[in-house]
Parts: sequence; C-alpha cells; structure tokens
Amino acid sequence: MSAPAKPTCFQELILTLQDYWAGQGCLILQPFDMEMGAGTFHTATTLRALGPKPWYAAYVQPSRRPKDGRYGENPMRLQHYYQFQAILKPSPPDILERYLGSLEAIGIDTGLHDIRFNEDDWESPTLGAWGLGWEVWCDGSEISQFTYFQQVGGIEVDMVSGEITYGLERLAMYLFDKKSIYELPFNRTDSEVPLTYGDVFLQNEQEQSAYNFEHADTEMLFRHFADAEKECVRLLEKKLPLPSYEQCIKASHTFNLLDARGVISVTERQSYILRVRDLAKACCEAWLATQAKAA
Amino acid sequence: MAEFLLELLSEEIPARMQARAAEDLKRLVCDGLKAAGLSFTDARAFATPRRLALVVDGLPVARVDVSEEKRGPRVGAPDQAIQGFLKGAGLASLDQAEKRDTGKGEFWFAVLTKKGGPTADALPGVIEAAMKALPWPKSMKWGSGTMMWVRPLQSIVALFDGKVLGGEIALGGQMAPIKFADTTRGHRFLSKGELKVSGFADYMAKLRAAHVILDSAERKKIILEGAEKLAASAQVALKADDGLLDEVAGLVEWPVPLLGTIDGQFMDVPPEVLIVSMKTHQRYFATTKSDGALATRFVVVANNVARDGGKAITEGNERVLRSRLSDAKFFWDLDRKTTLESRLPALKNIVFHAKLGTQAERVERITKLAGKIAKFVPGADAKQVEQAACLAKADLVTGMVGEFPELQGIMGRYYAIGEKLPAAVAEAIGDHYAPAGPNDRCPDAPVSIAVALADKLDALVSFWSVGEKPTGSRDPFALRRAALGIIRIVVENKIRLPLRAFFEADDLMEFFAERLKVQMREKGVRHDVVDAVFALGGEDDLVRLLARVEALQSFLGSEAGKNLLTAYGRAANIVRAEEKKDKGLAAKIVGAPDAALLEQVEEKAVVSALAAVERTLGPALKAEDFAGAMAAFAGLRAPIDAYFEKVTVNVTDRPDLRLNRLKLLNQIRTTMDSVADFSRIEG
Repeated sequence: MSAPAKPTCFQELILTLQDYWAGQGCLILQPFDMEMGAGTFHTATTLRALGPKPWYAAYVQPSRRPKDGRYGENPMRLQHYYQFQAILKPSPPDILERYLGSLEAIGIDTGLHDIRFNEDDWESPTLGAWGLGWEVWCDGSEISQFTYFQQVGGIEVDMVSGEITYGLERLAMYLFDKKSIYELPFNRTDSEVPLTYGDVFLQNEQEQSAYNFEHADTEMLFRHFADAEKECVRLLEKKLPLPSYEQCIKASHTFNLLDARGVISVTERQSYILRVRDLAKACCEAWLATQAKAA
Repeated sequence: MAEFLLELLSEEIPARMQARAAEDLKRLVCDGLKAAGLSFTDARAFATPRRLALVVDGLPVARVDVSEEKRGPRVGAPDQAIQGFLKGAGLASLDQAEKRDTGKGEFWFAVLTKKGGPTADALPGVIEAAMKALPWPKSMKWGSGTMMWVRPLQSIVALFDGKVLGGEIALGGQMAPIKFADTTRGHRFLSKGELKVSGFADYMAKLRAAHVILDSAERKKIILEGAEKLAASAQVALKADDGLLDEVAGLVEWPVPLLGTIDGQFMDVPPEVLIVSMKTHQRYFATTKSDGALATRFVVVANNVARDGGKAITEGNERVLRSRLSDAKFFWDLDRKTTLESRLPALKNIVFHAKLGTQAERVERITKLAGKIAKFVPGADAKQVEQAACLAKADLVTGMVGEFPELQGIMGRYYAIGEKLPAAVAEAIGDHYAPAGPNDRCPDAPVSIAVALADKLDALVSFWSVGEKPTGSRDPFALRRAALGIIRIVVENKIRLPLRAFFEADDLMEFFAERLKVQMREKGVRHDVVDAVFALGGEDDLVRLLARVEALQSFLGSEAGKNLLTAYGRAANIVRAEEKKDKGLAAKIVGAPDAALLEQVEEKAVVSALAAVERTLGPALKAEDFAGAMAAFAGLRAPIDAYFEKVTVNVTDRPDLRLNRLKLLNQIRTTMDSVADFSRIEG
C-alpha cells in the first residue's frame, strides 16, 4: 500500500500518516475493538507505556465522547470521531523533527505556515495518567497534541513514551479548508463513488446523540457499570490484566454514557471517576508485573 | 578578565516559565561562582522559547592558591583529640602537621592549601549544580533517562574565555550524556544546521543571523512597534495589553506581526467576548477605532517568515478565529433564548464551596444581605436591589460564561439588558464583582453598590464562619481583595454603613482595620495618624473614621496643631512620669480639678479654655465636624504655653496643690484624646 504524495481526502490523510509512521519504525496496529474516549485507552498506549520494553506503534482509534454529541447540527463537534495516535517509547531525541516530518508528509509546508508548540499539560483522571507536552498549532489552529508520559495508572513510567495524537477530522478540516466536518471528502472527489464525511456519519451522529442524551437505559447502564467493575476485580484476582483492563474500558465508557444522560450529580461524578481510576491502576499494576517477569 | 557563556537549548519551554527560569539560572550560577571564590563584574540572563542563556563578564582566568592555617590540640594531647584534628583537617598523619610554639605552649598546626587553579576547572561543577537546583514549576524526564528538565534538553554551549569547557551533563538510563560544546541551533524553521560560536557577542550575532532574537525585551519591542505600525496602516489603534505582550514574546524566537480581519458578521457579539476569545484562545491583539469601539482588525504574531509574506498564515488565523467566534456567537444566540430568572434552579447544582453549599444558597444569602445593606444606601430601590442580587449569579450557568469564566457579570449585564430588565438592575449585575483591584472601576450607582457590597460581605462573613481565614501567604478565596473592595465602595461613595451590624467576629473587624491602614498608607496618610484614630476603638463607620483621620492629618499640618501637639506632649509626659512614680496616682487624678485650689491665673485660664473647648467639642463631634473639633483645640495653645511657663506642677510642700495641677494636665490629655489618641502621634 503506498500513500499518495499529498492527501486530498480523509482516507488519504489516514493512509499518509500510517505510511509515514511505518517509515519511522512504528508498528501499524488496528483500532481497539471496544468503545473508548480516546486513543490513549488502547492497550497499545496505556499498557505498553509501562515497563522497560521499547515500543513504537501507530494506529487509528475511533473515539466516543457521548457528551460531545450535537445531533449532527454543530459543524465542528462529534460524539464519534477518529484519532490517529503514534507512540514512541523511549522517546527518541529527534521526535519533534520526526513529528514535523509527518506534517510535511500530509502537505503542511513549514515555509508557508506558522507551527507552534504551545504548553499543554495532559492529564487523564480516569487513567491516573499525566504528562507534559504541547498543543501543536498551525496558523492558530490546533492540529495535534504531543505528550511525554510521566505517569500511567498512577505508576511512574520506567521509560518515557512520546505520544502524538492527531484529531483527524479537525486536521482534515484545516487541510482541506472545510467549515463543516460533514463536508469533508471521505474519499477522493474524483472517485467512482465520491462520498463525504456527512454521507458516512451524519445519520450516525443524529441517532447516537439521541441515544446518548435521551434513550440510553440508565438503569441498565448503572448495572453494566457495576458488573464491569466487579468483573474487572475478579479477573485481576485471576492475574489476567488484559481481560480485566477491557472491563475497565467498559466501565469508563459506561460512565461517560451515564454522564451524558445527566444522571450523575457533581459530587457523584468525582467518585465514579475515582472508581474507574482504581480499576485502571490495578490493571496497570497487574500488567506491569507480567512485564517485569518477562524482562 | 574573561567571559563565561552558557546556553541550555531544549524543546519548547512554556512562555510563562521563561523569565523566571532565566533569573533562577543567573542567581544559581552567580551563587555558585561566589561559593567557588570567583568574582565577576556582571551577569545577564536571557530566555527564548527554546533556550536559556547566561553571560558572566569579568571573571578571573585563574584563582590563586589560598593557604589557610588550622590550629589543632596541644602537643601531647590525648589520641582522641589528635585523631579528631587530623580528620577535620584532612591529614593522614601528624607528619603532615607542624609543631609551633604559640607562647602558650606547643600546638599542632595544619597548613592547608586551597588549590586555586584555572577558573575553567571550577565552572563545570557550578553549571551542573545550578542545573540540578533550577526550580522549574513542572519538570519531566524523557527517553530512557532520569534527568529532570522542563522539556527534553538538547545541547549545552559552555564557553569560558572563548574555549569550550570540559564537561557534560549525564541524562541517565541508556542515554548519551550531553557534552559541553560551542555549537547551538538557530530558529526551528528559518535556520538549518549548527552554529559554532566563540563568545557572547558572536553568539548574539549568529543567533540573529539564524533568526533568533535572544533578548525578550527586544522581541517585545519588535512586536509592539510592528503591531502598532500595522494597526496604523489600517487606521485603527492597537489595544495595549502588557500581559499578552509578555506571553507572545515567549512564544516566538523571530516575531513577525501580521494583520488579520475579523469577519463582520460577529461584530454584534459584545466586544468583551470578541476580545477574550481572541486573547485567551488565540493570543491575538485587538484594535480599536478612533471612537474607542472595537475594530475589525487584529494582530497575530507569527514565528516564521513565510515565502508568501504571511498570506497563508493570516488566512489560516482568520479562519480559526471565524470558527472560534462562531462558537461564541452560538452561545450568545443560545443564551439569550433563556431568561436569567429561569436559570436560577440550575445554580443549585453548582457547589460554591464544600462547607458553604451551592451557588443557589449563596444567592439567597446575598439577596438577604443586599436588602439589609440597601437601607444604608441612599437612593437604592429595594425591589431593584432584590432583583439584581437574585439574578447576579445566573450567568454562571450560561454557555458563554461556561466557555469564558472571566466574562461572569459582564454577560449577565448583557443578558439583563436584552431582557429589558431595569437599567439599574442590569448595571448592578455587571458591576457586582467590582472593584477587582485597586485600579478597577468602583461601582457608584445605588443598586450596584448594595449588591456589590453584599457579594463581598457574604464571602467574608461566610468564609470566616467556616474558619477559612486568609493567612500571611495564603488567601485562596481572595478575601483581602473583598475587604478592600468593600472599603473602596463604602469610602468612595460615602456610604454610612455600620459594619458591625453585619457580623460579630472581632478579628474580622480587625481584618478590615488592617486593610484600611494598608490602603491609607499607600495613599500617603501618616501611619501614626491612622493609629491615633484607630486607637479610639469601636468605630465601624469607615466614612466617619476617615473624616477623622483627614481632619487630624490636616490639623497636625497646621502651625496651631504642631504647637498644641508639643503642649499635649509636655502635659502627657509629666502625668506619665508621675504615674510611674506613684502607682495609685492615675485613679486620683480623674475628673475636673478643684476650682478652690486653682491659685494662679494661668491655671484658671487653662480651665476656662478647656471648658470653652468642651462646649464646642461635643456638638462638633456629634455633627461629625472633625475639622471644627480640631479647630476648637487651637484656643488651648496660648493658655497652656503660659501655664507651663508660670506654674510649677510638682510643688513639693503642697500635695493637694500638686494633685490638683496633675488633674488639670490629665484633663487636657483626656479632652484631646476624645478626638484621637494624641499619644500615638510622633512629634
């Protein structure tokens, strides 16, 4: 598979980034097959960021943020969107140059544009993770996030990962000069069946927003949260960090759905976040134990 | 004399940390130099988004050897003492020490030589120690290393007297150390390859050629002048913003100001919203038209010289601003579909403080308090006060304030105007957080005054009640600012507000008194004058208190005041001296002197002058005519002067006479002290 010289549509953007990061020595992985809030939740980031083994990987991750749904009416917000994530562990000394190379690859000419690294400290309360880095701007528009992981699952990392996240829709809107996500060309406009992002996803945004805000069965979701939490703990006792981490991901997404339905009060909210964080921490610790054994 | 140049190149350093880090680096290196016995003439530090640099001038090329003598124990002292001496001096055995007769016996001496040697040998240690100690607000590790820095460190220039210092900084893990070198890099996009530098002047020049302006002051100048020029070219004026200028200068190594245009469709959104959105999200400078209204041009500062002259950069920034402002316009349009009043229930979901309940509860308290305060504010319509207090916090649950918290109050005002609420109510909602600082505008409309006072008074009283009082260094709820705000509103509007009617805590009243003193000191009022009035105690009406202070200050500035103060001092000194000798005296000299014992005319004159003063004083104080009260004192001066000239107070053979005269002096003192405690005035 070879990527075109300069992407002209959403899927070419993905192909170009995959091609570029493959060239940088990254594994090209596929999305994690569960609902999650961001690419960071993928085991290829959360778990692989821990332990002493080097790890270079890149992948697209569909990300769901139920609260961000706008019934397809806001041209810039989605409850389901795509992140492209590259993780390089240990972070190489030239990681910023490599990142800038990816911008050249997708057609951002640094001789014409103003690229800036603006301070942005990243923290995920549910993952017990934080890092320092930047929001990368191109002509005032955020096009990526860059983070050096310092802690994951409450554990200080042995080796620092450099994590680069591209919000693909936002980046594509910038590259292809579109005011609405839904106008983005998904494939090439000269394709046999040219389709826009809206052709593919508008109905999904409308229906999923209705589900997230109006129809999700909250009683059932509360039960699912409790079940996932219980299952996670049970599997941890069996020393199965990967299956137990999946239950943690499930609990996290269930919480996000409940949050969108507005059935979690301000005070309860904090306690739910802490419950998910406790699961994440325990999973990370269990996974780290398996890494130490292997090393 | 030689020059030391240090540059620490890293990935992009947050703007807010740069200036402080440069200063810290300078301080730490200078301290290290001093500790190593190295003197220098000057040290200057610089910061850009990618580097900290330091140049130290006038260092000696080498330090001379310094020999130091240490006296040890007496020859023949117990072995323990000898061993202790050897260890302390770093000697292996007594062979390395010498015996010397001091005249008081023979002692061991150690002659220690502190090796001087080349300065270049001492500098690497100073650099390493300074880098270890540099206190970044947040720091991180990277790669497989263990070293902590603000962002990954890339290279170090360390030159002394034009030569590279031998040394390196270990990064830990499997990472190669960073060796001291004479090469750096220029601008990330406008320069390629490495720059070899030989000294500070060369470094500055090569950086400039490589599109890096080292000095942030120069970057600021370029930005400001460039932005003003661009604005002028479009017949608008730059809206000055020093905080933004500082920040932007920390985001660019090669500033290139560019002029952009705001899409006209957004100009009906309140200007405050446009300005905040441009500043906080995008760091753009706003511009104004000749009438002061917001203009449709903005200035963005790029960090690149683009091939197309910045056209693409300007267009890109205009585009992102358009999307930011459509967000703002979206909130503006959406928020206006809901009245402030119908938002009130939502305040129940916002916790104000864990111990103080929700915003809804706070609103309830403020409304009650505002009603009570309104009775003391002439012209405040009770119904409007209640309405404004009730709605003051409603904008906290609007979309716009959720997005831009700094627009609280401002948006409430706009929405209230939109709802056609009474103008006084809208203004009070907008003004109720004011004044935010000593230079902020102070509310002056009656309804605004009542609500603004209630907002602050509730914060003070509430936080006080749960023990959240400010300490010397910590004031997380900005209670000092609240107290100062109350003082300003009350004083500037001359509101006769008896503060003690609103709280009981004595230490809260003292807190007000302290703030008032600080504020008056800043205004140039003599601290002893303030103390003299405060010492009277029991005053909770700030307007009356200040009137007294002002009258006293101006009285003391007059000739009569100065002389009377001298007379007061003499009277008080004599009484005090006698009271010291005779502990029971104070009780015996209370009250008016016995007329039968007034033997000299001078005594009688003082008594009648005092009587005249008291006749004026009472009504004057009651009418709060403090200047009048002080003026009445002027009549005391001549009789008292004559009294001291002619009358002997301590008549040894007539104890009754002595006591009566002391009574008279005491009366002078108490009469004057009823206006202010004159004993606190420093002559």
